[in-house]
Amino acid sequence: MSIPPGKLLETPLDQELEQEFYRDLHTDLMFLNLGPSHPAAHGTLRTFVALDGETIKAAVAEIGYLHRGFEKTVEHRTWNQVIPYTDRLNYCSAALNNFAFCKVVERMLGIEITPRAAAIRVIVGELMRIVDHLVCIGTNLVDMGALTNFWYTFNKRELVYDVLDKLCGARLTNSYGRIGGLYRDFYDGAVPDILHCVKECEDAFNEVEALIKKNRIFIDRTKDVCRFSAEQALSYGFTGPCLRASGVEWDLRKAFPYWGYDQYDFEIPVGTTGDTWDRIMIRFYEARESAKIIRQAIKSLPGGPICVDDKRIALPEKANTYQNIEGLINHFKLIFEGVRVPEGDCYDAIEAANGELGFYVTSDGSGFPYRVRVRPPCFLIFSGFPEMVEGSMISDAVATLGSINIIAGELDR
Amino acid sequence: MSETTESLTIRKVKEKFPDDVVSSSSWRGDDALVIKKEALIAIATFLKTDPELDFNFLVDLSGVDYLTHPKPQPERFAVAYHFLSMAKKQRVRLKVYVGLADNQVDTLIGLWKSADWMEREVFDQYGIKFKGHPNLKRILNHIAFVGHPLRKDYPIKKRQLLTQSDTLMDEMKKRLEAKGLTTTGR
Repeated sequence: MSIPPGKLLETPLDQELEQEFYRDLHTDLMFLNLGPSHPAAHGTLRTFVALDGETIKAAVAEIGYLHRGFEKTVEHRTWNQVIPYTDRLNYCSAALNNFAFCKVVERMLGIEITPRAAAIRVIVGELMRIVDHLVCIGTNLVDMGALTNFWYTFNKRELVYDVLDKLCGARLTNSYGRIGGLYRDFYDGAVPDILHCVKECEDAFNEVEALIKKNRIFIDRTKDVCRFSAEQALSYGFTGPCLRASGVEWDLRKAFPYWGYDQYDFEIPVGTTGDTWDRIMIRFYEARESAKIIRQAIKSLPGGPICVDDKRIALPEKANTYQNIEGLINHFKLIFEGVRVPEGDCYDAIEAANGELGFYVTSDGSGFPYRVRVRPPCFLIFSGFPEMVEGSMISDAVATLGSINIIAGELDR
Repeated sequence: MSETTESLTIRKVKEKFPDDVVSSSSWRGDDALVIKKEALIAIATFLKTDPELDFNFLVDLSGVDYLTHPKPQPERFAVAYHFLSMAKKQRVRLKVYVGLADNQVDTLIGLWKSADWMEREVFDQYGIKFKGHPNLKRILNHIAFVGHPLRKDYPIKKRQLLTQSDTLMDEMKKRLEAKGLTTTGR
């Protein structure tokens, strides 16, 4: 006689006999910490679970292991000094965080960035999205024992980092955005480099997809595992791939187009069931759409300056700073006193790799932000994690944790 | 701002709750309403359920401490709620002011589960309490942390050495009880 897994405790086979049997057998719930330091808990996340056998009956999560007081720190920095701190939020796609912060400040200043800056932000931003998805898929598959895919994805990620290295001098924490534009223009030969690494990344996605899509182990471990319905996802504040995997077609690039996203032709992939399979697969499709956007943006890349022409906002050219007293004073004033942002508060967000990355900024009119609140997508996604994994097995929880792509840097700030 | 340029959201909320809306603004295109904190649940429910507004999503919930702000504010703290309507592609911000002595706001957990952790964070960082929250506990800072770090009078260089780890058993017990289980599984 076969017993469905997990039902053993609730339905003893033979009442009289079974009770005798269980009295001697230790059948209490077992409590177990998954994390905070565990290779399968990406970063320092702790999930405390009550187990019946290998089935998770109840789960609670504890975060804050990487809390470093981002929001407190930046209240004591000038507006431009905040940018390197934003790199450390989602460090897998650092430039997107820079751009998100710059976007809200630009709105408070009431300025429009130049068309070239907007197009470059789109190109670099989509590259970051591709990298983020490569990392997510690669590490997620490692958690399921498919180490090969990790090399496939991380090799190609290196190519993107080489381009970013040439572009801004940093691989991981780019600080590429500036209020009013960008740190640097493309170097000579950036366009072919980018097109090359986009092609290579697409190959990686194709190879990895071919490796896993019909893999029995992968299918068994992800199909119908840890489903999250659209209602649940909306109630928990899910955004990005995790929300779309549950079947909600929502993307800020389409809903509130910024930086000219409305000019580009791309689709929003949507899942159906919101299981782990959908959450992983949607990233493949999204990355391909990103590649499409990059090619279009490169094709129509406008010329012109990369920063707004406003001496109160953008730093002068280095040559000007070093050879001209006005340029030096301009530089000095901006560095020491900061950009003056008008008094008021504003919320703005972009579609980051993990979902809606929002900044709610309050300014008192000085060169320092009065309050910067980050709305990280991971924070809300992880708040739904306990509910997501309850009723599943431990091994499913591991695969699911990878699929929701929690980045401790932006989770704990 | 004149009546004619007011957005639909602001106009409708003002019509429905004439006594509870303190002020409204649309600076830089951000619709914002300052409301009395007693009316928070009623207005949030209205925003969520009114078919013309349809704010189905609580995007963000955060605190602000106006202690050192140059402009005088009605109270020391504010809690800002950001709602999003996916169908209408609209955003709106509700803001309630809270004092240091009477620092209680109603919880929105009954309307959106996303309020759970975000309210815990505001409590943790500012000490603002959310009435009716089932598990109002620190979330980012250590359980034994003293004070509320994002308050303007908390010194940025202050350090606390904290070593006690959280068993999480208090939360686990509540979770198990909600599922009709006890710690022994029976």
